[in-house]
Amino acid sequence: MPDNILLDPTAETAAALQPRLARPQSIAGKTIGLFDIAKMRGDEFLDRLDELLTARGHMVKRYRKRHFTHLAPLELKQLIRSECDLVVEGLAD
Amino acid sequence: MPVLRRIEQRVESFGGRLEVYVQDDVSLAAGFAHVHDDTALAASYHYNIDTVPTLIRLRGEQEDARAIGWRRSEWEAVAGIPGLGEELPDYRPGCGSKTMDPGMPARLKVKYGNTGLTSRRIAVSALSDPVETCYERGWTDGLPVVPPTEERVLEMLDGTARPPQEIIGKIPPNYAECTVEKVAINAVMAGCRPEYMPVVLTAVEAALTPAFGLHGVLATTNACTPVIMVNGPIARTVGMNAKGNVFGQGNRANAAIGRTLQLVVRNVGGGRPGEIDRSVFGSPAKYSFCFAEDEDDPRWESYAVSLGYSPKASTVTIFPGDGITQIIDHNSRRPEDLCRAYTGCIRAIYGTGHIIGVQAFLAIAREHAIVFYDAGWTKARVKEELLGLLKIPVREVVPGRAGLTGLTAEEKSDPENLVAKFKNGTFNIIRAGGYAGKYSAIIPSIGGRGSIEPVTREVR
Repeated sequence: MPDNILLDPTAETAAALQPRLARPQSIAGKTIGLFDIAKMRGDEFLDRLDELLTARGHMVKRYRKRHFTHLAPLELKQLIRSECDLVVEGLAD
Repeated sequence: MPVLRRIEQRVESFGGRLEVYVQDDVSLAAGFAHVHDDTALAASYHYNIDTVPTLIRLRGEQEDARAIGWRRSEWEAVAGIPGLGEELPDYRPGCGSKTMDPGMPARLKVKYGNTGLTSRRIAVSALSDPVETCYERGWTDGLPVVPPTEERVLEMLDGTARPPQEIIGKIPPNYAECTVEKVAINAVMAGCRPEYMPVVLTAVEAALTPAFGLHGVLATTNACTPVIMVNGPIARTVGMNAKGNVFGQGNRANAAIGRTLQLVVRNVGGGRPGEIDRSVFGSPAKYSFCFAEDEDDPRWESYAVSLGYSPKASTVTIFPGDGITQIIDHNSRRPEDLCRAYTGCIRAIYGTGHIIGVQAFLAIAREHAIVFYDAGWTKARVKEELLGLLKIPVREVVPGRAGLTGLTAEEKSDPENLVAKFKNGTFNIIRAGGYAGKYSAIIPSIGGRGSIEPVTREVR
């Protein structure tokens, strides 16, 4: 099925700027979330990170959304936020 | 088909060829040497066909003759065959081409032509709901919008002769250029029909007039919002409501025109609640507040006519309003009594001692208007009476920035001095509403001369 094409009703000049959270000085003692967007081979990258981080004694939690073309459900984002100090997200294959 | 066979034979006799394009069942043209299935209408669009059959003669790539429908003399001339189709009547008008089916011209223009639209295209997966995409992108007022496809926007633009890239003005709070195309996109989303476009564009134009002070209207902590009032014949042409439930739901033109302006402010201007829109309460009027003045009774001139416009002119007036406050008076039969009933309600706008930066429109419904008609009072007479009654003793004026500081030393010199409720704001009277019930309604707002004022523009 072809995509639906919509015309942008905005002035196309607005930028959504959100300040980044300050990066921690150290990841020691932090809980690290690894978020798999379900895109091809993202899991390989995250599996390796998991190995490396776990071997160094870090707490790692894994998350995965249903499909990379769909937004992460709000509940999932809230869960990550509530359980982790840091998150690594694999965005591309 | 015998006609086409003769044409094919003749064309082939001098080395040409007959190309037969069929918009529906290509098997109908079986047997011809060059038959094309044009169910996708590519060729029909290319040759700008609006009637079938159409016979086109090409020399090289260049068209040099065309016969539309069936008129024997024309076909004879184009085909160069005397006596063509003698078994047929002299004339049949033909049928509408599928290129003219409802919605098809816009679809074909998007598919094969140059739409001239410059807005960014946003692809929504066929697996996603475009309505939800509009929500996700923050384009809606909270209610669903019609997804602004290229086809719908093209059809919307058919409602105006103004070119899509014409800039109407810069719209606050971001002061981006607002083009006719951007307005059309938002009009689609709001649910407009193309014929509303002249009203919509004039409303945007009026809202962007500096005297209206749109930035202030949308950035204020007040609940006010732009209100659109339409006068003149176009209100009836597009089916606007001026009578029962005039400020309420249920009329497409009222609802969609008003909503378009709100969406333009949101999407093109960037004016959103919680950002630049700092309203404490907001108002349901911020979804849409648009209506026509009731001009059916000639005993009172319309608002636009009172400004000097011809009764034949169509105008859009924009003014700020918070919503409505009703005045019920089933008892008064004399205009003086009715005006006194109005006075207490009008004086109470924002507080009985609040006199600075307040303005209002008073909408008088028919049963109240009859009290004035019967006494021979014009609108201007009613206004004069009310402004005379709306005098407040200085001792009752709210102290502070909105009160005593707006008064002159002379006014403040005696607590019994009287000052006007609308010290620096405008006060206007209009006719609107249902025909049963002794009601009037105040549309209050902030505003003042030189800051936020009503603005009227003629519909082009």
